[in-house]
Amino acid sequence: MSGADTFGTKFRLSTTQVVALALVALIIVATILYAARGQNFFSTNNLADLLTRSSLLGFVAIGQTMVILGRSLDLSVGYVVALSSLVAATVMNGLEGRVGLGIAAALAVAAFIGLLNGLIITILRVNPFIATVGMGLILKGFIDITYAAQEGKVPQGFSRGFGYTRIGPLPISTLTMLIIGVIAMVVLTKTRFGAHLFAVGGSDDVARLSGIRTNRTLIWAHVMCSVAAGVAGLLIAARFGLGSAQVYNTGYDLDSVAAVVLGGTLLMGGRGSVGGTVAGVMILAVLESAFNVLDVNPFLKNVIRGAIIIVAVAIYAQRQIDPLSRRSRFTPDGRRRATDFPEAVGALSPGGAK
Amino acid sequence: MTPAEPPADQQSPTSLIAMRGIVKSFLGNEVLHGVDLEIRAGEVHALVGENGAGKSTMMKILAGVYRPDAGQILLNGVEVDFEHPIAAQKAGVTTVFQEFNLLADRSVAQNVFLGREPVTRGLIDSARMNTDTTALLTELGMNGISAKSRVGSLSVAEQQIVEIVKALSEDARIISMDEPTAALSDVEVGLLYRIVRQLKARGVAVLYVSHRLKEIFDLCDRITVMKDGASVRSFDTPDTTPDELVRTMVGRAFSGYFPTVDPQTELGPVRLQISDAGNSQVNGIDLAVRGGEIVALAGLQGSGRTEIAHGLFGIAPFSRGSVAIDGKAVRIRSPRGAIGSGLALVTEDRKTEGLALRQSVLANCRLVLDAVRPFGSATRTKQIPGLLRSLELSSRGLDQEVRFLSGGNQQKVVLAKWLLTDPKVIILDEPTRGIDVGAKRAVYDAMRELTKRGIAILMISSELPEIIGMADRIVVLHDGELAGELPAGSDEETIMSMATGHVTQQQSGGSR
Amino acid sequence: MSTPVITPDLVAAKPEFGRRLQRFFASGTGIVLALLIIILAIIIISNPSAGAPDTLVNSLHKATPLLLLAIGQYFVIIVGEFDLSVGAIITTQAAIAATLLNKQDEGTYGVIALMLVLGLVVGVVNGAIVALLKVPSFITTLAMMLILIGATNLWTGGGIVKGALSDEFRKFGRPKFGIENVPFLGTISWAVLIFIVIAVLAALLIRSSFGRVLVATGDNTKAAGFAGARVTSVRIIAFMVSAVLATIAGIILAGNTSSTVDLSIGSGLEFEAITAVVLGGVLLGGGKGSLFAAMLGALTLYFIGPLFRELGISPELRPSVQGIILIVAVAYAARSGSLRRRKGPGKTQP
Repeated sequence: MSGADTFGTKFRLSTTQVVALALVALIIVATILYAARGQNFFSTNNLADLLTRSSLLGFVAIGQTMVILGRSLDLSVGYVVALSSLVAATVMNGLEGRVGLGIAAALAVAAFIGLLNGLIITILRVNPFIATVGMGLILKGFIDITYAAQEGKVPQGFSRGFGYTRIGPLPISTLTMLIIGVIAMVVLTKTRFGAHLFAVGGSDDVARLSGIRTNRTLIWAHVMCSVAAGVAGLLIAARFGLGSAQVYNTGYDLDSVAAVVLGGTLLMGGRGSVGGTVAGVMILAVLESAFNVLDVNPFLKNVIRGAIIIVAVAIYAQRQIDPLSRRSRFTPDGRRRATDFPEAVGALSPGGAK
Repeated sequence: MTPAEPPADQQSPTSLIAMRGIVKSFLGNEVLHGVDLEIRAGEVHALVGENGAGKSTMMKILAGVYRPDAGQILLNGVEVDFEHPIAAQKAGVTTVFQEFNLLADRSVAQNVFLGREPVTRGLIDSARMNTDTTALLTELGMNGISAKSRVGSLSVAEQQIVEIVKALSEDARIISMDEPTAALSDVEVGLLYRIVRQLKARGVAVLYVSHRLKEIFDLCDRITVMKDGASVRSFDTPDTTPDELVRTMVGRAFSGYFPTVDPQTELGPVRLQISDAGNSQVNGIDLAVRGGEIVALAGLQGSGRTEIAHGLFGIAPFSRGSVAIDGKAVRIRSPRGAIGSGLALVTEDRKTEGLALRQSVLANCRLVLDAVRPFGSATRTKQIPGLLRSLELSSRGLDQEVRFLSGGNQQKVVLAKWLLTDPKVIILDEPTRGIDVGAKRAVYDAMRELTKRGIAILMISSELPEIIGMADRIVVLHDGELAGELPAGSDEETIMSMATGHVTQQQSGGSR
Repeated sequence: MSTPVITPDLVAAKPEFGRRLQRFFASGTGIVLALLIIILAIIIISNPSAGAPDTLVNSLHKATPLLLLAIGQYFVIIVGEFDLSVGAIITTQAAIAATLLNKQDEGTYGVIALMLVLGLVVGVVNGAIVALLKVPSFITTLAMMLILIGATNLWTGGGIVKGALSDEFRKFGRPKFGIENVPFLGTISWAVLIFIVIAVLAALLIRSSFGRVLVATGDNTKAAGFAGARVTSVRIIAFMVSAVLATIAGIILAGNTSSTVDLSIGSGLEFEAITAVVLGGVLLGGGKGSLFAAMLGALTLYFIGPLFRELGISPELRPSVQGIILIVAVAYAARSGSLRRRKGPGKTQP
């Protein structure tokens, strides 16, 4: 009677597993490429470089995962990163004693922007795309008027500590990114908020009929997304030693969306994982390393990245067509298939519970 | 199946829930005129009546989806007001709708506990969710479903069970089920019987909305009959018979619904011929419809009726067999091809398959012409106002968005859209679902008018009176194959027993 | 805006003028038209010479690239998709023109033909990936943007493109070339004429059978498919229209800017185009909205620049105001839309 559990679901990898496998395969390929050039992919310098690069996008993409899971979107994150770096650097103003205050101020500003985004989307019912593009424009104007292109000064201690310290090959920033990733994972899989966010993204109606406060859930997701972008801003400030307005031109908003969908999260919400996103970010970083060792023209990288994103999402889209959702009754030559409901037969057969 | 068990002993004379004098109007149209319904603890109570009698509205009021305009709901003698489905659930009144309230991408346990996840030290206790869900599944004898399975990978019947488990986990005292067997196969129906009896043994009251007499007499302790928005009578099941029940449900008014065949209508040559057709959902379909003839496809939901329509119309094309229209073999691979061959399909689901809801009446009417014959359809377009007038459409104007029309008027727009293409064969899938009596009448009149013009009609319907009242021949399906054919005027019982697979005719090796 | 109504007796009389006016102002067209009139009024009050017909024609000239992009984006949005690749298309096309022409007049038209063909190809690829491979258009066109920008940089080496546009090519973009000495209006540039022709063609297309099928596909793809529409081709064609109009916008924009081409020329224009269309009340997600309103949205967006200049406001503040207008306009439309929806069914005549 048991054992029917595995029926029909066997050998089907989750999308996150597929992404993880792709990452492993890519690392193997990269290692071979490095070896062929007489270099070591796993050298401390290479790993540290790769990981630092990935942590910036990592923070933003982890936040983006939260809102995309809830069938929303945040295209203002690039500006949040810039503003957060500026706020942190100007508040710290080179003083070691104001590091804590600077961090708090930057994250508070980020959280406030997330709150506004969430309120505009839920209460004013503005399409998330429009709401966050609009918020991005508002922030752009604010940043350009309030700050110079580069402003403020981050004290040495914070810059070294967060920007350049490593434990072995593992930069503190990456460690922070991984910790935030784990926290996000726990929040999504182990808290009621996470369960509710998946529900809001899966079906707003089902969520509401189950008594979930859908607006509140989505607003929180936006706050978290913005705060994650704020952390990326702190890292920028630490690495540059100052706040930078120009980072909003780096394209974190669109890149983070790309990393999220590359990680297998559905753009339409309701399905996906932070693990997939982190793997997606790593894939982009390893790819970058492989390009470097092959001396690929930097512009060609963009072309290849674009192609990879399309191919990956096309593959996920085909996997979406669930073979189990349309059970066929007859074989192509017209013979009846065996019943597709073995547990029922088991339950009703003589000897089953009655 | 086993006969009904005697009513449980704990049944008390006081009602668990009593709905008194419920009145409800939509768009100024009163659909419930003071309905009474009483359900006792631990009983299985059938709510029966024809489609449109008001069963679904009553259920939705009980579930807190609608609020009644007048009347009261007493739970254990205390008046309650369910402002929201959540309020009803909290009071122990849960509903399993036909459209499931489940998240396909989440596990069984996550769905069962959605919105009420157990938490220890701030974190969801997944282990407890899984064990509790497994325990409930085991209690119902459903060891086959894993609490960790993704709901989207379950069959319809299994999903229904998940809904029931969800209700049980909320400590439901009353569970109402809307046509729970509509999409189930025989084996699965047996399973549902067992689960309903389990619920009863636990002291849960079950409100069972169905129009399948066999199930009602097998399962239910008491029966309330609704007709035209009023509760007609309640019976204890042993005190009544299927015949009496049908008479109460149907009454006298019902034969008057259907226009008689115009004497000028003549049966012409065969216009639609399907031979040994099949795909992954249906098999061995042989069917012929003559000009001026209405052939009805009867069968339970999920028996393959809609799949035949979709196969014919090229939506999920037949992979075997052949189709001929007016004697000419055609190979239809797409709706476009079907339209080119002279077919028209009025789909089952108006809103998702039939209409572009934000577009105007006019735009919807000419959609097929626009799509298939973009040039030279000006003369046909001119016919639209006259056609709509003959269908008695009421709208604010041809530029009104169809989403603002009533269901009946929307259906008239769909009909007009297809009539403009001058089809040879029209497939009507549930042509009167969810529309008011006046609009039904208009649809029936239109059908008679079309047959008079020599058009062949293939009609799919779940409403047996409609099939009996309109069809010249009735083809019954069971589990993807033909179960037999019946002449006009066959009675509901015969159709039903054939559709449920108890009686087969001619098709010797057809079904198991 | 609405189709001419043949009023049969079953159809109730048209609603009275007041109600229709009210409905108009609740609609996207009404909001954006009011906004445009207010902005123009402020500009003209603070600088009456800005209201002179020839100055307005010149403003229209400068707005043509955005207007063309908005028309193209309208076709994509009405069918329920996005096109984020239009800015990159402009950059790529401008780079191609500068590199291939290298200041030589001969071959100008061959190069333009080549660019139009390339635009068509990009549109077909975008549309095919979206419609056949089921990749969300947001992702598809985002990736297309990466690919085009990457490929263009790779080809030209980045920065300012070596080579330059020919004078013949630049005629299409510069304000001084066109029909000269028109009374009151001064020179009507080729760009303005091209825009007028395209606007008329687009309006005819959207009112044709194809247009109605396009809108119905955006509203309900399944129902359109069941009604015999070739929904895949319809969506691909929408992307083709967008890419070709982006190409034409690129020709005008590059010609008007300078004879050299900077690869930043198209950056951010995709968002401007989407903003313009949405400002015109066109529903993201498809199925509802007017082409005319989308064009009004583009004009409104364009005139925010002159408005700031006249009022002496720092241009750095412009994005902020643009963002606020965008959010407020869409929030207002969402509010009035929901009000109508709530009232709507109740008013239907039984």
